[in-house]
Amino acid sequence: MLTTVFYILSAITLATAFLTILTKNPIHSAIYLVICFFSIAGHYLLFNAQFLAVVHIIVYSGAIMILLLFTIMLMNLNKEDERHKSGLTIIAAVASFCLVAFVLLAAFLKSMPIIEEYYVSGEDYQSIKVLGQVLLDEKNGFMIPFEFASVLLLVSMIGAVLLSKKEEKISL
Amino acid sequence: MQNVLQQIGIENYIYLSTLLFCIGIFGVLFRRNAIVMFMSIEIMLNAVNLLLVVFSTYHQDASGQVFVFFSMAVAAAEVAVGLAILVGIYRNIHSIDIDKLKNLKG
Repeated sequence: MLTTVFYILSAITLATAFLTILTKNPIHSAIYLVICFFSIAGHYLLFNAQFLAVVHIIVYSGAIMILLLFTIMLMNLNKEDERHKSGLTIIAAVASFCLVAFVLLAAFLKSMPIIEEYYVSGEDYQSIKVLGQVLLDEKNGFMIPFEFASVLLLVSMIGAVLLSKKEEKISL
Repeated sequence: MQNVLQQIGIENYIYLSTLLFCIGIFGVLFRRNAIVMFMSIEIMLNAVNLLLVVFSTYHQDASGQVFVFFSMAVAAAEVAVGLAILVGIYRNIHSIDIDKLKNLKG
């Protein structure tokens, strides 16, 4: 049962990721990417990682994709205006894709897991309650990185506003 | 409680994230539209996030998931700044084809 779900989800993930790259129209790419993100959230749910699944849907399918779609529509890019690529570019891209996939898969095919017998301890380690304690514990948790993440988001927000502000004429 | 790793095996997840990462690399190399390149970078980040969650489940430790949470925050910041830069580029050269960004070549 779980195996079937895993194979269906993986097929959706890989196929939509490929379609994201291969479709000419950027809006279609964005829509395929949303489906890809939802299937990855399905993988998280398969692991029973509810918090990450919800955050993934909110951040990626919600915030990031809306940002991308708004940019595509603002720039009026929803037409297929990509010039014909030269054959050399396509050959080089496909060759490097095949080589990287071959090297990584060959490395992982030979590797053996360090834990021979996998067992489940039954301990609760990924519910929102436990994750919140790990994240916000002051002594040995991730309290300070959490604060720095908020600073990072603030700085990136200011940076985005400054970068996309219309430049005024500089008089020298 | 049935664990998903007992039925599927960690190897299949490693192969899935490897392939997803390679698709991201392929997208960055293959496309010239800067927004689609951004999407490929997102695919690569997601492949790595998925593998972090897999190993967090494998070791039954919550730290991996917290790390994925931080990585999502960084990805959101990256997309915001990157899209602002793209808007700036579009305002200047009226295209986001990266082959036209040759001004620094001298």
